[in-house]
Amino acid sequence: MNARRALTRRGLLRLLAAGAALPGVARAQGFAGLGTTAEGFATPQRGRALVFPDDHGPHWAFRIEWWYLTAVLRGADGQEYGAQWTLFRSALAPEEGAGWDAPQLWMGHAGLTTATRHFSAERWARGGIGQAGVTAGPFRAWIDEWEMTGRAPEDADALDALRVVARGGDFGYRLEFDAEGPLVLQGDAGYSVKSPIGQASHYYSQPFYRVAGVLDLPEGPVEVTGHGWLDREWSSQPLQDDQEGWDWLSLIFDDGTRMMGFQLRGAEVFTSGTWIGPDGRATPLPHGALRFTALEEVQVAGRAVPVRWRVEWPEGGLAIETEPLNPQSWMATSFPYWEGPIRFSGSHAGRGYLEMTGY
Amino acid sequence: MTRAALSALLSHWRRHPLQLAMLLAGLALATALWSGVQALNAEARASYDRAGAFLAEADLARLEAPAGLIDQADYIALRRAGWQVSPVLEGRVDLGASRVTLLGVEPMTAPPGAVAADLTGADPVAFMSAPGQGFAAPETIRAVGDAPFELIEAPEVPVGQVLVDIGLAQALLGLEGQVGRLVLLPNQPLGLPPLNEIAPHLQRVDPETETDLAALTDSFHLNLTAFGLLAFAVGLFIVHAAVGLAFEQRRGVFRTMRALGLPLGRLMALLAAEMLIMGLLAGTVGLVLGYLVAGVLLPDVAATLRGLYGAPVSGTLQFRPAWAAAGLAMALAGVLVAGGQGLWQLARLPVLAPARPRAWARASGRGMRVQGVAATGLALLAGALVVIGDGLIAGFVLLAALLLAAALFVPLVLAAICALGERWARGPVAQWFWADGRQNLPRLSLALMALMLALAANIGVGTMVSSFRTTFVGWLDQRLVAEFYVTARTEAEAEALRAALAPRTDAVLPVWFAEATIAGLPARLYGTADHATFRDHWPLIAEAPGAWDRLAAGEGVMINEQLARAADLWPGDTVDLPGAGRLAVAGVYSDYGNPRAQVMLGIDAFLAAFPQAPRLSHAVRMDAAEVPALMADLQDDLGLPHTLMSDQAQAKAVSLQIFERTFVVTGALNILTLSVAALALFASLVTLSGMRLAQLAPLWALGLTRRRLAALDLARGMVLAGLTAVLALPVGLMLAQVLLAVINVQAFGWRLPMQVFPADWARLGAWALLAALVACALPALRLARSAPADLIRVFAHER
Repeated sequence: MNARRALTRRGLLRLLAAGAALPGVARAQGFAGLGTTAEGFATPQRGRALVFPDDHGPHWAFRIEWWYLTAVLRGADGQEYGAQWTLFRSALAPEEGAGWDAPQLWMGHAGLTTATRHFSAERWARGGIGQAGVTAGPFRAWIDEWEMTGRAPEDADALDALRVVARGGDFGYRLEFDAEGPLVLQGDAGYSVKSPIGQASHYYSQPFYRVAGVLDLPEGPVEVTGHGWLDREWSSQPLQDDQEGWDWLSLIFDDGTRMMGFQLRGAEVFTSGTWIGPDGRATPLPHGALRFTALEEVQVAGRAVPVRWRVEWPEGGLAIETEPLNPQSWMATSFPYWEGPIRFSGSHAGRGYLEMTGY
Repeated sequence: MTRAALSALLSHWRRHPLQLAMLLAGLALATALWSGVQALNAEARASYDRAGAFLAEADLARLEAPAGLIDQADYIALRRAGWQVSPVLEGRVDLGASRVTLLGVEPMTAPPGAVAADLTGADPVAFMSAPGQGFAAPETIRAVGDAPFELIEAPEVPVGQVLVDIGLAQALLGLEGQVGRLVLLPNQPLGLPPLNEIAPHLQRVDPETETDLAALTDSFHLNLTAFGLLAFAVGLFIVHAAVGLAFEQRRGVFRTMRALGLPLGRLMALLAAEMLIMGLLAGTVGLVLGYLVAGVLLPDVAATLRGLYGAPVSGTLQFRPAWAAAGLAMALAGVLVAGGQGLWQLARLPVLAPARPRAWARASGRGMRVQGVAATGLALLAGALVVIGDGLIAGFVLLAALLLAAALFVPLVLAAICALGERWARGPVAQWFWADGRQNLPRLSLALMALMLALAANIGVGTMVSSFRTTFVGWLDQRLVAEFYVTARTEAEAEALRAALAPRTDAVLPVWFAEATIAGLPARLYGTADHATFRDHWPLIAEAPGAWDRLAAGEGVMINEQLARAADLWPGDTVDLPGAGRLAVAGVYSDYGNPRAQVMLGIDAFLAAFPQAPRLSHAVRMDAAEVPALMADLQDDLGLPHTLMSDQAQAKAVSLQIFERTFVVTGALNILTLSVAALALFASLVTLSGMRLAQLAPLWALGLTRRRLAALDLARGMVLAGLTAVLALPVGLMLAQVLLAVINVQAFGWRLPMQVFPADWARLGAWALLAALVACALPALRLARSAPADLIRVFAHER
């Protein structure tokens, strides 16, 4: 979903402020032109058909966009791991531009979770100088030495096979992603509503990756295999003013079914989701279909974060409880949030990823 | 009782307001000069620290290209390989009405906390997008006036610098696609590929332990400090004289109070309190004055430091409590030193001792002998230090011993001269003139010593500064002998540049260099072409026969004075060069203002040893009149930015202008010190004139008119001052020699040849006589106008 990664006004402010490293920049008025309205930027349109591979690339007319990859992994010894690779684009003006004047900012996040430790790293770059970017054909997304590079054959979708690399000061990973199912359009054919009054984004996923590769941990390299999930989303102002945080999850059932669900916390809670059959057939779950109940809060980075959830879809017979691999899966980045692998049980069982912001 | 005693003690000052004024003025002036200089130094040092801390780069290593600029593609390649580096581009450019240093940074990748503490009003979007924003100190913004982008006040940005986005910096400097250095962030990711696989031509430079600025500007601050200390010492002479006189004149009061039952301890406590209060009072006034002096001088000092060393010093003075405390402490210490002797004597004064006012510190024959022995001892110490002394501290001890010895000798020499004068004088009046001069010498000796010190300091420091100036200017002429200097951005551009220059110039000389460690010191090696430019002009201070031929043949090298002195390498020695083997030292050249070691190598030997060295910079010999046209053509044809070209005439003019600013400061301090000395002389003469009536009355009774007596007094004052000035000359020259040949060598590694400036001495002598004239005029006038009744009363009161 988009809201999940969606940069709320406040989040974007914080993010840009911190990243821009111009102290005192956290002044709201500095970003007034950026945060409040989407003037000059395009807004998502219902019924706009997504076209591939073009839509794998950047949408310069929109303000924000991301390429968001998560993977639940397991080592040969049965140890569980989680990995995250994300590239965010945020624009100062609706054009690609060139050179230092290009109005594009790029931010990369990488995370690696074990049962006892959580690693995170962040990268920043200006557009226009080649330090970061995304191209649709051949598919390549990069920031510094971090890469998500397409390696699919010509006739397949460009995102069907990826090589993904990232590293920080004390960790790194090299993973290969191979899709075993089709792309899935979220919401109404890729038009995903985020609030009762209709804020929305364009949103599609590739939830069917099989993953293999190596994690570099302080103890040494670990060979892993597992499942991965890619989200692609772009918008210009996807959230309502009072929406300050969200709880988002992607679930990979043991029987091959997938599900995406989120709730946006504001004056009113807005929920949405997609039930994805093993063949890729998507069933949108409208506002109110999903029910989220926090079961347990723990102290994470000085705040109370609900790390165990009950998620229910009464009409579909879903009633599960989630359990994090590591309750301290805290992304200590410019705008910090909780993101880590989970397992779930109840009416259904499997593994997945949970993201929570605004705590 | 205490109150009565205090009132009795203080009544002295009521009756001698001039003496009180002298005491306070002397102390205040001494404190003012000392604290003024300290304020200047503190402000400058704070500016260096600010500049160093400004980009938080001080503690970070960086990557640099020996040639100067780094291709932006290298930056991207390094980032794409995982190296966490952030680009910085610095350059001078005309902005609005001023020339500023642009500091281009990339806020997205800059190290955390790098871009200053809190830039109020910072808006990264506006900062990074056209037309951009610049952050600068308020005075920089005032100097610039109109800029093509918004300027925002940020006092933490060093003066003369403008912080802009790197893209804007590239555009304004005409250096698109180039960056100056890459700052290495503290946290690098795991498993980085080695630097030489990605950008082998870049060099990692570790952070300096001490900022270059501090090292470079030390000499300047050292001079200022020495000046301040001298001024303080001169001021103390006044205080010492005034306090001593007050003790002397109050002996009767002390005795009476003691006889009336005032305990000695109480009396001493009262006197100590009196001095303390005066110290605080005068110290406070002195601080205010010092602050004003510093405020007036700071713009010039700042301009000097900016121009001379590129040190970004703010022209605005800040009040620092530590500075005020130190200044007050100096004032109190001064008054205690001056009054300590009086207190000590008081403690030993028998209650019933006769209260006959003796001349304070009367120069008995024995006193003179003691002084002579002390002076001789100090002179011997100074002599010994010249021979065996080593190090900066020894240099300063030598300086102090020399000055003190000279000062102590002053009354002895003057007494001897007066004795000679007396012997050769004809007629009773002339004989009395000399005898009276000798008689009064002890009372004047402190003031004359102060005058001598002030004059000697003036001559010494003035000679050093002028010698430095002459030498430096000459050296500039020699070193900047080429008419035009130009640097290309890439090897290909350099190739095109050489082709374009060849038909239009007399010679294109390489300025190619590499870095290496020589004799354990980080050094820069230059490849030098065999050309008359060097043979005729290069400033050698030591050379072996055929030095230039050996250099050209690759058999020898030239090294700079800093390396020669640091590693004790001179013609006849050999030096090990990485890649070039062991070569003879053929010559040593002076290299002022450069703190680092340097080696010149024949160009062929250089290229053989350092084939990788970039070949970008060139010195061009040509008709000077053609330079502007050539610069314009290079700009048009090759797209070479003007920031990479420099016209030698322009460079030299700027240097000289800077030097003139330096002299404003030294000149002002010179005049102030001299004024303090004149004040000392005036104070002594005024107090003396009150006591001299008893000596003059008999002469008046014998028929000398008051006018004549006044004229004789004036003449004697002038003669003594003139003699003191003459004595100050050799002392000043010795001082200059010590500064040039000992202090400079110890502190900075170069020795300056002394040059003498007799015209300056004549001017200074005239000033000294004028000061003496002013100081003597008032007492003489008072004598000329004294009422005959006062003179007659002398006989009535005769004890």
